[in-house]
Amino acid sequence: MTEAKVMLITGTRKGIGKYLAEYYASKDYIVMGCSRGSIDYALSNYHHFCLDVCDEKKVKQMFAEIRRKMGRLDVLINNAGIASMNHVLLTPLKTVNKILNTNVLGTFLFCREAAKLMQINKYGRIVNFSTVATPLKLEGEAIYAASKAAILSLTEVLAKELAELGITVNSVGPTPVKTDLIRSVPKEKIDRLLAMQAIPRFATFDDIANVINFFIKKESEFVTGQNIYLGGV
Amino acid sequence: MNTFGKLIVEYSLTNGGMKLMHEKILNLIIAQAEELNEQLEIIIPVELGADAPLFGGKTGVLSSISLVTLIVAVEQSIEDEFETSLILADEKAMSQKNSPFLTIGSLTNYIIMLLNEDAPND
Repeated sequence: MTEAKVMLITGTRKGIGKYLAEYYASKDYIVMGCSRGSIDYALSNYHHFCLDVCDEKKVKQMFAEIRRKMGRLDVLINNAGIASMNHVLLTPLKTVNKILNTNVLGTFLFCREAAKLMQINKYGRIVNFSTVATPLKLEGEAIYAASKAAILSLTEVLAKELAELGITVNSVGPTPVKTDLIRSVPKEKIDRLLAMQAIPRFATFDDIANVINFFIKKESEFVTGQNIYLGGV
Repeated sequence: MNTFGKLIVEYSLTNGGMKLMHEKILNLIIAQAEELNEQLEIIIPVELGADAPLFGGKTGVLSSISLVTLIVAVEQSIEDEFETSLILADEKAMSQKNSPFLTIGSLTNYIIMLLNEDAPND
Protein backbone atom coordinates (compact mmCIF):
# COMPACT_ATOMS: atom_id res chain seq x y z
CA MET A 1 0.00 0.00 0.00
CA THR A 2 1.28 3.45 -0.89
CA GLU A 3 2.13 5.77 1.98
CA ALA A 4 0.76 8.89 0.32
CA LYS A 5 -2.93 9.70 0.52
CA VAL A 6 -4.90 8.85 -2.59
CA MET A 7 -7.66 11.09 -3.94
CA LEU A 8 -10.05 10.44 -6.81
CA ILE A 9 -11.69 13.35 -8.62
CA THR A 10 -14.31 12.93 -11.35
CA GLY A 11 -14.64 15.25 -14.33
CA THR A 12 -11.03 16.46 -14.43
CA ARG A 13 -10.76 17.31 -18.15
CA LYS A 14 -11.50 20.99 -17.56
CA GLY A 15 -13.05 23.58 -15.24
CA ILE A 16 -13.31 22.96 -11.51
CA GLY A 17 -12.21 19.33 -11.82
CA LYS A 18 -8.99 20.25 -13.64
CA TYR A 19 -8.24 22.95 -11.10
CA LEU A 20 -8.80 20.55 -8.19
CA ALA A 21 -6.58 17.90 -9.83
CA GLU A 22 -3.75 20.44 -10.17
CA TYR A 23 -4.34 21.82 -6.69
CA TYR A 24 -4.29 18.49 -4.84
CA ALA A 25 -1.55 16.93 -6.99
CA SER A 26 0.65 19.84 -5.89
CA LYS A 27 -0.09 18.98 -2.27
CA ASP A 28 0.54 15.65 -0.56
CA TYR A 29 -1.93 13.61 -2.62
CA ILE A 30 -1.64 11.07 -5.38
CA VAL A 31 -4.56 12.15 -7.55
CA MET A 32 -6.60 9.85 -9.77
CA GLY A 33 -8.86 11.64 -12.21
CA CYS A 34 -11.35 10.68 -14.86
CA SER A 35 -13.37 12.15 -17.68
CA ARG A 36 -15.09 10.95 -20.84
CA GLY A 37 -12.49 12.51 -23.10
CA SER A 38 -8.71 12.52 -22.85
CA ILE A 39 -6.90 15.42 -21.23
CA ASP A 40 -4.49 17.92 -22.74
CA TYR A 41 -2.29 18.33 -19.68
CA ALA A 42 0.10 16.22 -17.64
CA LEU A 43 0.89 16.41 -13.93
CA SER A 44 3.20 14.57 -11.61
CA ASN A 45 1.28 12.63 -8.94
CA TYR A 46 -1.66 12.42 -11.33
CA HIS A 47 -3.12 9.49 -13.25
CA HIS A 48 -6.02 9.79 -15.67
CA PHE A 49 -8.75 7.33 -16.66
CA CYS A 50 -10.99 7.85 -19.69
CA LEU A 51 -14.49 6.68 -18.86
CA ASP A 52 -18.10 7.67 -18.54
CA VAL A 53 -18.99 7.98 -14.85
CA CYS A 54 -22.16 5.93 -15.34
CA ASP A 55 -20.48 3.02 -17.14
CA GLU A 56 -20.56 0.54 -14.27
CA LYS A 57 -18.19 -1.97 -15.85
CA LYS A 58 -15.48 0.58 -16.63
CA VAL A 59 -15.90 2.30 -13.26
CA LYS A 60 -15.49 -1.00 -11.42
CA GLN A 61 -12.40 -1.79 -13.49
CA MET A 62 -10.92 1.58 -12.56
CA PHE A 63 -11.52 1.02 -8.85
CA ALA A 64 -10.02 -2.48 -9.11
CA GLU A 65 -6.90 -0.92 -10.66
CA ILE A 66 -6.68 1.72 -7.91
CA ARG A 67 -7.02 -1.02 -5.28
CA ARG A 68 -4.32 -3.17 -6.86
CA LYS A 69 -1.88 -0.32 -7.50
CA MET A 70 -2.51 1.92 -4.49
CA GLY A 71 -4.22 -0.34 -1.96
CA ARG A 72 -6.15 2.60 -0.59
CA LEU A 73 -8.47 5.49 -1.34
CA ASP A 74 -8.73 8.38 1.11
CA VAL A 75 -10.80 11.00 -0.66
CA LEU A 76 -13.43 11.01 -3.41
CA ILE A 77 -14.57 14.29 -4.98
CA ASN A 78 -17.65 13.75 -7.13
CA ASN A 79 -17.23 16.81 -9.31
CA ALA A 80 -18.42 15.48 -12.70
CA GLY A 81 -21.73 17.01 -13.62
CA ILE A 82 -23.69 18.36 -16.55
CA ALA A 83 -26.41 20.99 -16.81
CA SER A 84 -28.94 22.00 -19.39
CA MET A 85 -30.87 25.26 -19.26
CA ASN A 86 -34.25 24.98 -20.88
CA HIS A 87 -37.93 25.50 -20.21
CA VAL A 88 -39.59 22.28 -19.06
CA LEU A 89 -41.80 22.24 -22.16
CA LEU A 90 -38.73 22.31 -24.33
CA THR A 91 -36.67 19.70 -22.49
CA PRO A 92 -36.27 16.40 -24.37
CA LEU A 93 -36.33 13.19 -22.36
CA LYS A 94 -32.92 12.36 -23.77
CA THR A 95 -31.52 15.43 -21.98
CA VAL A 96 -33.26 14.42 -18.74
CA ASN A 97 -31.71 10.95 -18.94
CA LYS A 98 -28.25 12.35 -19.64
CA ILE A 99 -28.36 14.74 -16.69
CA LEU A 100 -29.74 12.17 -14.25
CA ASN A 101 -27.26 9.54 -15.41
CA THR A 102 -24.19 11.71 -14.97
CA ASN A 103 -25.23 13.69 -11.91
CA VAL A 104 -27.13 11.10 -9.88
CA LEU A 105 -26.24 7.65 -11.14
CA GLY A 106 -22.57 8.56 -11.60
CA THR A 107 -22.30 10.06 -8.12
CA PHE A 108 -24.01 7.02 -6.59
CA LEU A 109 -21.77 4.57 -8.44
CA PHE A 110 -18.59 6.36 -7.38
CA CYS A 111 -19.76 6.66 -3.76
CA ARG A 112 -20.54 2.93 -3.65
CA GLU A 113 -17.26 1.77 -5.17
CA ALA A 114 -15.17 4.30 -3.25
CA ALA A 115 -16.72 3.22 0.04
CA LYS A 116 -15.78 -0.40 -0.70
CA LEU A 117 -12.18 0.71 -1.04
CA MET A 118 -12.21 3.18 1.86
CA GLN A 119 -13.64 0.65 4.29
CA ILE A 120 -10.43 -1.36 4.05
CA ASN A 121 -8.71 1.31 6.20
CA LYS A 122 -11.91 2.38 7.96
CA TYR A 123 -11.24 5.91 6.75
CA GLY A 124 -12.62 8.01 3.95
CA ARG A 125 -13.86 11.42 2.90
CA ILE A 126 -16.46 11.82 0.17
CA VAL A 127 -17.40 15.26 -1.14
CA ASN A 128 -20.31 15.56 -3.56
CA PHE A 129 -21.38 18.58 -5.58
CA SER A 130 -24.75 20.24 -5.06
CA THR A 131 -25.78 23.63 -6.47
CA VAL A 132 -27.45 26.86 -5.43
CA ALA A 133 -29.90 26.24 -8.30
CA THR A 134 -31.77 23.89 -5.93
CA PRO A 135 -32.54 26.28 -3.01
CA LEU A 136 -32.96 29.24 -5.39
CA LYS A 137 -35.45 27.21 -7.46
CA LEU A 138 -34.06 28.60 -10.69
CA GLU A 139 -36.44 28.58 -13.63
CA GLY A 140 -35.08 26.82 -16.69
CA GLU A 141 -33.01 24.46 -14.57
CA ALA A 142 -35.68 22.05 -13.41
CA ILE A 143 -33.83 18.81 -14.14
CA TYR A 144 -30.41 20.12 -13.15
CA ALA A 145 -31.77 21.44 -9.84
CA ALA A 146 -33.74 18.23 -9.25
CA SER A 147 -30.70 16.06 -9.97
CA LYS A 148 -28.70 18.03 -7.40
CA ALA A 149 -31.55 17.83 -4.90
CA ALA A 150 -31.10 14.08 -5.24
CA ILE A 151 -27.43 14.55 -4.38
CA LEU A 152 -28.40 16.28 -1.13
CA SER A 153 -30.57 13.31 -0.11
CA LEU A 154 -27.93 10.84 -1.23
CA THR A 155 -25.30 12.68 0.80
CA GLU A 156 -27.43 12.68 3.95
CA VAL A 157 -28.38 9.01 3.76
CA LEU A 158 -24.92 7.78 2.76
CA ALA A 159 -23.46 9.77 5.66
CA LYS A 160 -25.52 7.58 7.99
CA GLU A 161 -24.85 4.31 6.19
CA LEU A 162 -21.10 4.86 5.91
CA ALA A 163 -20.43 6.41 9.33
CA GLU A 164 -19.69 3.00 10.84
CA LEU A 165 -16.97 2.51 8.25
CA GLY A 166 -15.17 5.73 9.23
CA ILE A 167 -16.32 7.48 6.05
CA THR A 168 -17.80 10.98 6.03
CA VAL A 169 -20.01 12.21 3.18
CA ASN A 170 -20.65 15.93 2.63
CA SER A 171 -21.45 18.24 -0.24
CA VAL A 172 -20.50 21.67 -1.46
CA GLY A 173 -22.91 23.88 -3.41
CA PRO A 174 -21.11 26.44 -5.54
CA THR A 175 -22.72 29.59 -6.86
CA PRO A 176 -22.00 30.26 -10.57
CA VAL A 177 -18.33 29.89 -11.43
CA LYS A 178 -16.93 31.09 -14.73
CA THR A 179 -16.82 27.68 -16.45
CA ASP A 180 -18.33 26.06 -19.55
CA LEU A 181 -21.32 25.00 -17.47
CA ILE A 182 -22.77 28.52 -17.53
CA ARG A 183 -21.39 29.54 -20.93
CA SER A 184 -24.82 29.53 -22.58
CA VAL A 185 -26.65 31.34 -19.77
CA PRO A 186 -27.59 34.96 -20.69
CA LYS A 187 -25.73 37.67 -18.73
CA GLU A 188 -28.96 39.22 -17.34
CA LYS A 189 -29.93 35.87 -15.91
CA ILE A 190 -26.54 35.39 -14.25
CA ASP A 191 -26.70 38.94 -12.83
CA ARG A 192 -30.15 38.27 -11.37
CA LEU A 193 -28.85 35.05 -9.88
CA LEU A 194 -25.80 36.69 -8.32
CA ALA A 195 -28.07 39.37 -6.83
CA MET A 196 -29.89 36.63 -4.90
CA GLN A 197 -26.70 35.74 -3.01
CA ALA A 198 -25.67 37.40 0.25
CA ILE A 199 -22.32 38.08 -1.39
CA PRO A 200 -23.15 38.88 -5.04
CA ARG A 201 -20.15 37.66 -7.01
CA PHE A 202 -19.00 34.63 -8.97
CA ALA A 203 -17.42 31.86 -6.93
CA THR A 204 -13.76 31.14 -7.59
CA PHE A 205 -12.10 27.76 -7.74
CA ASP A 206 -10.33 28.68 -4.51
CA ASP A 207 -13.69 29.23 -2.76
CA ILE A 208 -14.66 25.68 -3.63
CA ALA A 209 -11.29 24.18 -2.66
CA ASN A 210 -11.56 25.96 0.69
CA VAL A 211 -14.80 24.15 1.57
CA ILE A 212 -13.44 20.83 0.29
CA ASN A 213 -10.30 21.30 2.40
CA PHE A 214 -12.49 21.65 5.47
CA PHE A 215 -14.53 18.53 4.69
CA ILE A 216 -11.51 16.30 3.97
CA LYS A 217 -9.40 17.32 6.97
CA LYS A 218 -8.66 14.46 9.31
CA GLU A 219 -10.04 16.64 12.12
CA SER A 220 -13.42 16.84 10.32
CA GLU A 221 -14.26 13.26 11.30
CA PHE A 222 -17.33 14.51 13.21
CA VAL A 223 -18.69 16.47 10.24
CA THR A 224 -20.89 14.39 7.96
CA GLY A 225 -24.16 14.61 6.05
CA GLN A 226 -23.69 18.37 5.67
CA ASN A 227 -24.01 20.68 2.71
CA ILE A 228 -22.34 24.09 2.45
CA TYR A 229 -23.60 26.62 -0.07
CA LEU A 230 -21.20 29.34 -1.12
CA GLY A 231 -22.10 33.01 -1.33
CA GLY A 232 -24.56 33.03 1.55
CA VAL A 233 -27.39 31.27 -0.30
CA MET B 1 -16.03 -15.02 -23.45
CA ASN B 2 -14.51 -13.47 -20.33
CA THR B 3 -11.76 -15.08 -18.28
CA PHE B 4 -14.24 -16.47 -15.86
CA GLY B 5 -16.41 -17.92 -18.61
CA LYS B 6 -13.38 -19.79 -19.93
CA LEU B 7 -12.55 -20.97 -16.46
CA ILE B 8 -16.04 -22.29 -15.82
CA VAL B 9 -16.00 -24.22 -19.11
CA GLU B 10 -12.56 -25.58 -18.28
CA TYR B 11 -13.64 -26.65 -14.82
CA SER B 12 -16.92 -28.14 -16.08
CA LEU B 13 -15.18 -30.25 -18.69
CA THR B 14 -12.72 -31.83 -16.33
CA ASN B 15 -13.65 -34.72 -14.09
CA GLY B 16 -14.71 -33.32 -10.73
CA GLY B 17 -14.02 -29.83 -12.03
CA MET B 18 -16.99 -28.25 -10.32
CA LYS B 19 -15.95 -29.85 -7.05
CA LEU B 20 -12.60 -28.17 -7.42
CA MET B 21 -14.28 -24.88 -8.17
CA HIS B 22 -16.49 -25.28 -5.11
CA GLU B 23 -13.44 -25.88 -2.95
CA LYS B 24 -11.63 -22.89 -4.40
CA ILE B 25 -14.52 -20.52 -3.65
CA LEU B 26 -15.06 -22.06 -0.21
CA ASN B 27 -11.40 -21.54 0.69
CA LEU B 28 -11.51 -18.00 -0.64
CA ILE B 29 -14.46 -17.15 1.65
CA ILE B 30 -12.82 -18.85 4.62
CA ALA B 31 -9.65 -16.81 4.06
CA GLN B 32 -11.65 -13.57 4.06
CA ALA B 33 -13.64 -14.70 7.12
CA GLU B 34 -10.40 -15.39 8.99
CA GLU B 35 -9.17 -11.92 8.15
CA LEU B 36 -12.44 -10.37 9.29
CA ASN B 37 -12.31 -12.38 12.53
CA GLU B 38 -9.32 -10.30 13.62
CA GLN B 39 -11.67 -7.32 13.95
CA LEU B 40 -14.62 -9.15 15.52
CA GLU B 41 -15.59 -9.80 19.12
CA ILE B 42 -17.85 -12.71 18.21
CA ILE B 43 -15.93 -14.54 15.52
CA ILE B 44 -17.04 -16.71 12.60
CA PRO B 45 -16.27 -20.32 13.58
CA VAL B 46 -14.32 -21.00 10.40
CA GLU B 47 -13.27 -24.44 11.67
CA LEU B 48 -16.82 -25.57 10.79
CA GLY B 49 -16.01 -24.96 7.11
CA ALA B 50 -19.11 -24.78 4.92
CA ASP B 51 -21.36 -25.03 8.01
CA ALA B 52 -19.89 -21.93 9.66
CA PRO B 53 -22.78 -19.52 10.32
CA LEU B 54 -22.57 -15.97 8.97
CA PHE B 55 -25.66 -13.79 9.09
CA GLY B 56 -29.31 -14.29 10.00
CA GLY B 57 -31.18 -17.34 11.22
CA LYS B 58 -30.77 -18.50 14.80
CA THR B 59 -27.03 -18.98 14.66
CA GLY B 60 -25.80 -15.93 12.73
CA VAL B 61 -22.73 -14.29 14.24
CA LEU B 62 -22.25 -11.21 12.05
CA SER B 63 -23.73 -7.76 12.50
CA SER B 64 -25.06 -6.18 9.32
CA ILE B 65 -21.98 -3.97 8.99
CA SER B 66 -19.64 -6.96 9.43
CA LEU B 67 -21.60 -8.80 6.75
CA VAL B 68 -21.12 -5.82 4.42
CA THR B 69 -17.38 -5.89 5.12
CA LEU B 70 -17.21 -9.62 4.40
CA ILE B 71 -19.23 -9.31 1.18
CA VAL B 72 -17.00 -6.51 -0.11
CA ALA B 73 -13.85 -8.47 0.77
CA VAL B 74 -15.16 -11.59 -1.00
CA GLU B 75 -16.18 -9.53 -4.07
CA GLN B 76 -12.67 -8.04 -4.23
CA SER B 77 -11.09 -11.44 -3.76
CA ILE B 78 -13.12 -12.92 -6.63
CA GLU B 79 -12.17 -9.90 -8.73
CA ASP B 80 -8.48 -10.62 -8.11
CA GLU B 81 -8.73 -14.37 -8.51
CA PHE B 82 -10.93 -14.58 -11.59
CA GLU B 83 -10.59 -11.13 -13.17
CA THR B 84 -14.33 -10.74 -13.17
CA SER B 85 -16.56 -8.52 -11.08
CA LEU B 86 -19.53 -9.79 -9.16
CA ILE B 87 -22.15 -7.97 -7.12
CA LEU B 88 -23.11 -10.33 -4.33
CA ALA B 89 -25.70 -8.28 -2.47
CA ASP B 90 -28.22 -7.44 -5.17
CA GLU B 91 -32.01 -7.76 -5.18
CA LYS B 92 -31.71 -11.40 -6.16
CA ALA B 93 -29.75 -12.25 -3.03
CA MET B 94 -32.03 -10.23 -0.80
CA SER B 95 -35.20 -11.80 -2.22
CA GLN B 96 -34.05 -15.42 -1.93
CA LYS B 97 -36.26 -17.48 0.37
CA ASN B 98 -33.18 -18.99 1.94
CA SER B 99 -30.64 -16.24 2.43
CA PRO B 100 -27.32 -16.94 0.70
CA PHE B 101 -25.60 -15.27 3.64
CA LEU B 102 -26.68 -17.82 6.26
CA THR B 103 -23.48 -19.88 6.19
CA ILE B 104 -20.16 -20.03 4.37
CA GLY B 105 -21.58 -23.01 2.45
CA SER B 106 -24.71 -21.18 1.28
CA LEU B 107 -22.59 -18.20 0.21
CA THR B 108 -20.28 -20.56 -1.71
CA ASN B 109 -23.23 -22.11 -3.55
CA TYR B 110 -24.67 -18.68 -4.30
CA ILE B 111 -21.40 -17.45 -5.79
CA ILE B 112 -21.11 -20.58 -7.95
CA MET B 113 -24.67 -20.03 -9.16
CA LEU B 114 -23.84 -16.40 -10.09
CA LEU B 115 -20.66 -17.42 -11.83
CA ASN B 116 -22.48 -20.12 -13.80
CA GLU B 117 -24.98 -17.49 -14.93
CA ASP B 118 -22.05 -15.40 -16.07
CA ALA B 119 -20.60 -18.30 -18.07
CA PRO B 120 -21.50 -18.70 -21.77
CA ASN B 121 -24.05 -21.35 -22.80
CA ASP B 122 -22.42 -22.35 -26.06
